[in-house]
Amino acid sequence: MKMDGKSVFGGVAMGRLSIYKKNDQVVKRTRVSDTEAEVRRYENASEKAKEQLAALYDKALKEVGESSAAIFEVHQMMLDDLDYQESVTNMIRTQGINAEYALAVTGDNFSEMFAAMDDDYMKARAADVKDISNRVISVLQGIQDTELDSEEPVILVAEDLAPSETVQLDKSLLLSFVTRFGSTNSHTAILARTMNIPALIGVDFSEDIDGHFGIVDGFEGTLYVDPDEETIEKYRKKQEEEKEKARLLQELKGMPNVTKDGREIKLYANIGGVGDVPSVLQNDAAGIGLFRSEFLYLESDTFPTEEEQFNAYRTVVQTMAGKKVIIRTLDIGADKQVDYFNLAHEDNPAMGYRAIRICLEQPDIFKTQLRAIYRASYYGNISIMFPMIISVDEVKRIQEIVDEVKKELDDHGLAYGDVELGIMIETPAAVWITEELAKEVDFFSIGTNDLTQYTLAIDRQNPRLDSFYDAHHPAVLRAIQMTVENGHKGGAWVGICGELGADTALTETFLRMGVDELSVSPSRILAVRAAIRDCDLSK
Amino acid sequence: MREFTYTNTDPEGIHARPAGILVKRAASYACAVKIAKDGREVDAKRIMGVMSLGVKCGMEITVKCDGEGEDTAAAELEAFFKENL
Repeated sequence: MKMDGKSVFGGVAMGRLSIYKKNDQVVKRTRVSDTEAEVRRYENASEKAKEQLAALYDKALKEVGESSAAIFEVHQMMLDDLDYQESVTNMIRTQGINAEYALAVTGDNFSEMFAAMDDDYMKARAADVKDISNRVISVLQGIQDTELDSEEPVILVAEDLAPSETVQLDKSLLLSFVTRFGSTNSHTAILARTMNIPALIGVDFSEDIDGHFGIVDGFEGTLYVDPDEETIEKYRKKQEEEKEKARLLQELKGMPNVTKDGREIKLYANIGGVGDVPSVLQNDAAGIGLFRSEFLYLESDTFPTEEEQFNAYRTVVQTMAGKKVIIRTLDIGADKQVDYFNLAHEDNPAMGYRAIRICLEQPDIFKTQLRAIYRASYYGNISIMFPMIISVDEVKRIQEIVDEVKKELDDHGLAYGDVELGIMIETPAAVWITEELAKEVDFFSIGTNDLTQYTLAIDRQNPRLDSFYDAHHPAVLRAIQMTVENGHKGGAWVGICGELGADTALTETFLRMGVDELSVSPSRILAVRAAIRDCDLSK
Repeated sequence: MREFTYTNTDPEGIHARPAGILVKRAASYACAVKIAKDGREVDAKRIMGVMSLGVKCGMEITVKCDGEGEDTAAAELEAFFKENL
């Protein structure tokens, strides 16, 4: 039997299916005569519930980390919420009803309020409100929390799981979660990702699968019940492969990016927004080699303010905690168009008014961004690089503007850190004058995508040119070699941040050229590290 | 009464966790602290209300402090918003 659902985390799990049975919580409406005594009963139970939540917070903190644990702190605050408390006590006092009933009704009312909100995340909070109300009711009724009734690890199948339920479960007995309800934003989903186990939601199961053998395919979003031998064999293999892959990459975490003969290279990550930072850290990058700042402009309907930019940059550097973060200034134009820039139509935008050319012509936009970056530099290790450079004169004009920005900050008493300045090498013109450019900057970062397109005069968006295109064209490789040699001669370090940087077929070539840094997408970090560690330059 | 406006810059908006931090902070002041968005006003010391505003990144809110120590509260809260939200 095969059932479809929606995957919230990938992976393969095999084992016995166990249906999670909640304690039946029947709440009856009864009349109480001493309403004040009933209010005290509620208040005592609420205190007890908060103690339980505090204990759950500690347990979650140890087992699944701070971000998953934080919800239990929020639950305690919800129980402390005066609107919530007043709703319960008013109902007891004015209607003369029992605390359990008042809690159930209050929980329903508040959860309906969240369920009606126009925001998927907030909709999912309806479950939290019900969860805290049920917790207090359980205390009043003297019901214990349910435990997993099993000695061996199982695939847990449930209607829905409240965060407090998932955290209480013994993690060593959990192979996977399968629920009928729940959302990709639910804590169960978050917990599955943290625990690194497959999980499905929206599976329409029947009660009679309890105790049967099952397979969860978290890649396809499928649950198999009593699968045939062939299916079991297929997934057993898949599971082995996944384990091996994960093991190999995990082993590389924390390892240096060093070749067999001892040459070390820096391995940084490319990001396009604040949301990419967690994957940078998870994949063990030593820094951010390309922080594309365009997202701030592309996601906005007007020019982003200095404050908005400052907050985004600061969040990233603070999260990176002292690791290097190289921010590339605005690279709008060509294929990245923004309405409010009011850029005129161009016949050949790739060679048109874009990137640093806009910044130098419209210094107000440029200075706002530079001020935001410099202010954020106080909070960590920031470098700046400038795109689309073709002349030494441009670099000198940039330096003048940077000096003006620093002076303005000094005048306002605003602090900033030491900032390395670099340029992107992505035009053949820049390659030819790297010797002169190297004297002006701290580093070069080679943008291989544009460099290849300009060197070969091939538009990568045009599929008709595919047969002419050669990603490893000797002209591009020689341009890189020349950039590295001239950079080092002039005292600038040299990195590669384009797609070629992640091309493991070239890793050894780049190492032999003397490239100092490679910046690749976060998911490629460990694969490139493996390639580096495989190289032996002495041979 | 003192008030200031603030545009949320947290990519996730004021979701459960930042709402919790904000409520804790607001509760530490003696004066009343209210948050208004699109004409709806809630008590910043009550988490359900703050969450029910559904503040998302880029939305503007008005924070009002009224009562004992309102000057300090408004100044400190404005800095707090910039720092955390």
